[in-house]
Amino acid sequence: MSDKIKIAVVGLGKMGLSHFSMVNAHPKADTIACDGAGFMVDVLSKNIATPIYKNFDDLLAKEDLDAVVIATPSRLHAPMVGAALAKDISVFCEKPFCLDWADSQRLTDLATSKGLVAQVGYHYRYVGAFAEMKRLIDAAAIGRITHIMAEAYGPVVLRPKRTTWRTDKAEGGGCLYDYAAHPLNLLNWFFGIPDQVMGSHLGQIFSEGTDDEVFSTLRWDNGPTAQLSVNWSDESYRKMSTKISLIGTNGRLYADRQECQAYLRKPVDGLDGHDAGWTVKYTTELTDECWFYLRGEEYSAQLHDFIEAVAAGKNGAVQNDFASATQTDRTMAMIIENAETGQTVGEARATAPTSAAKKRGWFGR
Amino acid sequence: MDKLLFGDNQFFGINHMSEEKARAQAMRFQRTDAIMDVIDVAYDAGINTFMCTTHERIAAIAKRIKADPVRYGDFQFYPCMPYAHKYANAVTEHGMIGALKEFMPKDGLLATALTGTKALATKEVDGIAKVLIDMEMKMFAGTKTPVVFVQNVFTDLLLGMGFTRALRIFDDHIREKHGAEPAYITMNMPALLTALEKEGIERPIICSNINKIGFRMSGGYDAYLDALKSGRVRAVAMSVYASGAIPADEAIHWISELPGVESIVFGASSAGNIRGTKALVDKYMGEAA
Repeated sequence: MSDKIKIAVVGLGKMGLSHFSMVNAHPKADTIACDGAGFMVDVLSKNIATPIYKNFDDLLAKEDLDAVVIATPSRLHAPMVGAALAKDISVFCEKPFCLDWADSQRLTDLATSKGLVAQVGYHYRYVGAFAEMKRLIDAAAIGRITHIMAEAYGPVVLRPKRTTWRTDKAEGGGCLYDYAAHPLNLLNWFFGIPDQVMGSHLGQIFSEGTDDEVFSTLRWDNGPTAQLSVNWSDESYRKMSTKISLIGTNGRLYADRQECQAYLRKPVDGLDGHDAGWTVKYTTELTDECWFYLRGEEYSAQLHDFIEAVAAGKNGAVQNDFASATQTDRTMAMIIENAETGQTVGEARATAPTSAAKKRGWFGR
Repeated sequence: MDKLLFGDNQFFGINHMSEEKARAQAMRFQRTDAIMDVIDVAYDAGINTFMCTTHERIAAIAKRIKADPVRYGDFQFYPCMPYAHKYANAVTEHGMIGALKEFMPKDGLLATALTGTKALATKEVDGIAKVLIDMEMKMFAGTKTPVVFVQNVFTDLLLGMGFTRALRIFDDHIREKHGAEPAYITMNMPALLTALEKEGIERPIICSNINKIGFRMSGGYDAYLDALKSGRVRAVAMSVYASGAIPADEAIHWISELPGVESIVFGASSAGNIRGTKALVDKYMGEAA
């Protein structure tokens, strides 16, 4: 028996092409591509050896697939993932997972009941600096975390009049789904789903059909409060930049694509190499080499984990399983509801005991 | 090729260690004068080759070089195309076809072919590729460009897809139309070498990470050394310091003893680092660097 898996990459847009290139280069992948008719299918089918299907149903009917990578516009994720799971095919789906989180939950349950590998492409969890941040949070490095700033900026929509699906909210486009999903997914990884969402703003700058900037305040009961600030119309950034800052009772953590900076007020037991004061770890030193490098180790590593898990017959994803991506879909749904209604979404926090305003003398602090 | 080539990452806010440093560099180098000052330091230190992305801002540099042929008599460019973010952002904004049209001459036959509904013929696809290459080369007209590279994201995207025929089109076109040596930047040197040989491209010039600690040498350190020893590749080494992980003297000394490495490309913004690297290359790789 061959130890290769038969895998199809569906959707050859910006993410799909890059996924296809990496999957096709993987030694354990026997790869097929699929996209609707168009320029890219045209060019590729004349120039590469890989078979390319023009119809997803044909692909599922004719090929005995072990796995699919779904990299189509977000609106198509739910029906395509559903069709693949129904045929017992493991799925790697590009983010965001589903536009309606009820679909996300249903597909999570279906994948779990079938014991399939089901993963979503939140690649930031594969960035060394953010993995280091997660490790430090879990080790309680900065004590009780109260204060979070989660940000993402980049140059996607810089002028009016655009025509692709990424700018159409109904298709799953927009700054919330495309950009904010990443820092939110990291917050879900660190702290779970927020209990309340308030103060959300989905603003338009240049787009007509969807949001270009996002603000929100997220609260976790007995946990931190986060400010989310995201803008994809910021030309001062060369490419997307995601950053998380955390302040806790024992210090501060900051991470972006390149580095994780930790400031500890006091050393923490069991955390070697972190003295009081600053410790900086770079993604370059935190990252393993990959089998094929296209645009960052994180993109290669997530596909490697997926392919290896399917090849090994595992019954779940190593990282970014459907359940974790469903948390992010739910969080985004809370932000949309809050922005639309102006009402806080989620149970209000039990109010803290109100101390009567104490009258103080001039020096009575 | 010269033994030492000057790179351009530092000028465009690219830093593999820190976003903060990258931004500080972008601020420092937002004026062409600031870039020219550093290029002048390198040129006066005897580094004649500037290996640079076809970033819009390079056009201004090329203009300066052309304007003073006495001062820059030995100056040459090794263009690296395309500038990937320009295309990636355009694809996000205009879609695949829209992005292509953005970069094509508006009145050409091929632009017209793209607006049509019928499938493009292979000949037309090749034609589009050649026009795009010519557009990228435009800013260098009147300068010396003896070697022209394909950027790594593009090389590796094509390599992964198995669309290496596109690299063959590039190879032929750069030789025939531009009278230059085609070359390739990659993060996957051993795999690329094999693929290029299958396209009939012998002893290609390939630029890839080559450093003592195996940093970002995808395909494995041993496979890189085997390829170098085989004599099948003319290598240009980048990331020789592995983003600062290897001391300069040790890094250059190690590279100098490898077979098959013809050049080193490095980026630096301070005169000290530029002259320091030049001195090390002279010391270990010969005065003729």
